Amino acid sequence: MKAVEVRGLSKEYSGRLVLRDVTFDVHEGEFFVLLGPNGSGKTTLLRILDLLEEPTAGKVFFEGEEVDYSKERATLRRKIGMVFQQTVLFDMSVFDNVAYPLKIRGDLAKAEIERKVARVLEDVELRGFERKNALSLSGGEAQRVALAQALVAEPKLLLLDEPTANLDPKNVSIVEGILSRLNREKKTTVIMTTHNMFQAERLAHRVALLNEGEIRAIGSFRDVFGYQSRLI
Amino acid sequence: MVEDIFLQEIINITLLSLRVSGTAVLIGALIGIPIGAYLGFRQFKGKKTMMRFVDVMLKSIINTFMGLPPVAVGLVVYLLLTSSGPLGWLGLLYTPTAMVITQLIMVVPIIIGVTMSAVGSVERSIMEKALSLGATKNQAAFLVLREARVGVLTAIIVAFGAAISEVGGIMISGGNIRWFTRTLTTAIVVETELGNFNMALTLGAILLSIAFVINLALTILQIKGARR
Repeated sequence: MKAVEVRGLSKEYSGRLVLRDVTFDVHEGEFFVLLGPNGSGKTTLLRILDLLEEPTAGKVFFEGEEVDYSKERATLRRKIGMVFQQTVLFDMSVFDNVAYPLKIRGDLAKAEIERKVARVLEDVELRGFERKNALSLSGGEAQRVALAQALVAEPKLLLLDEPTANLDPKNVSIVEGILSRLNREKKTTVIMTTHNMFQAERLAHRVALLNEGEIRAIGSFRDVFGYQSRLI
Repeated sequence: MVEDIFLQEIINITLLSLRVSGTAVLIGALIGIPIGAYLGFRQFKGKKTMMRFVDVMLKSIINTFMGLPPVAVGLVVYLLLTSSGPLGWLGLLYTPTAMVITQLIMVVPIIIGVTMSAVGSVERSIMEKALSLGATKNQAAFLVLREARVGVLTAIIVAFGAAISEVGGIMISGGNIRWFTRTLTTAIVVETELGNFNMALTLGAILLSIAFVINLALTILQIKGARR
């Protein structure tokens, strides 16, 4: 079963084509990595999948249904979680930050929200941080709160835009562990961008190589690059 | 006996000042915050040339009105409320209501302007993040307003500071009638002219104390904002 289908997607900004005829599928429960240098269109592609941008041409299907970018997108967005490269948190406690996606739905009891937040904070190894102001956290902690925000509503699709780009090796390892476990145990479909080939090799079931807005190759890491490193 | 009246008059003047300025700022906040928030949010929308032009014009007009001369406002309110004016039938001239209207006209642009800047300075990424987490546009807008809360509170405090220390406008529209429309600022003018320096100095000290409390609140807010 395909979680996401992208067909002939193009995106143009002020006459500049940043995505050209991009086509690929991501299967349910797959960890799919978009690899490419800065400016290759990775972030734009994720923003289109997160419904923050409309494509200039092409179609996106989510669980077999075509995404209508002209409609109210909040309902569909609630099935998708996204972690941005630059951590953005709200000026409130860690608990309130993580609970936000649940509170805005308005259909969950307080006790249920507390239970879900506690569980996800456990997952990202941030129990005990509930009352801290989210803006007072270190980079690694803040990115894990952002991850918890994206995960708390148990999204079917998780989009990650270079989630470890600004982290130290220790936090990179923690975040990768969380992502790997999440994908393995909860079968959450993950699409992640990175320009770190080793990271792609460690995490991805399949990778797509994106350059100048075009997909140049797609397949397993070994298929695309013709080797497997010994660093894993 | 004389001391009792002296004290009573001071209390009356102080309470009237707080009531007139407080009412003007409260009504001004109800009008100004939604408008300021709306104008601040316009930066998140598309930037077509026409829209940009309208934005610039609107913001320039607001900024100009933030510096309205109080006496000019008082004069306009006087001309509106005087018996031969278009609203003369309301019989509001030389009443605390006329003073509230005068201060309201002054504080609304201040509240709009400061709220607009506060909302506009919240990063676009906050709006996007909320939308990405499944918020509707209204929920995301409310969150941005919440993030700008220090700025919005600042708008209210700055407006109150401007209102309580204003003199020319309320002197014209309120008439500075003893026990009825005499406020701290207008009373200081009269008492000084009459040579009642004890009264003038006492009122000045009260006004200064109120100004200090306002600035203290502002400073605390700014420190809190800087810590974020």
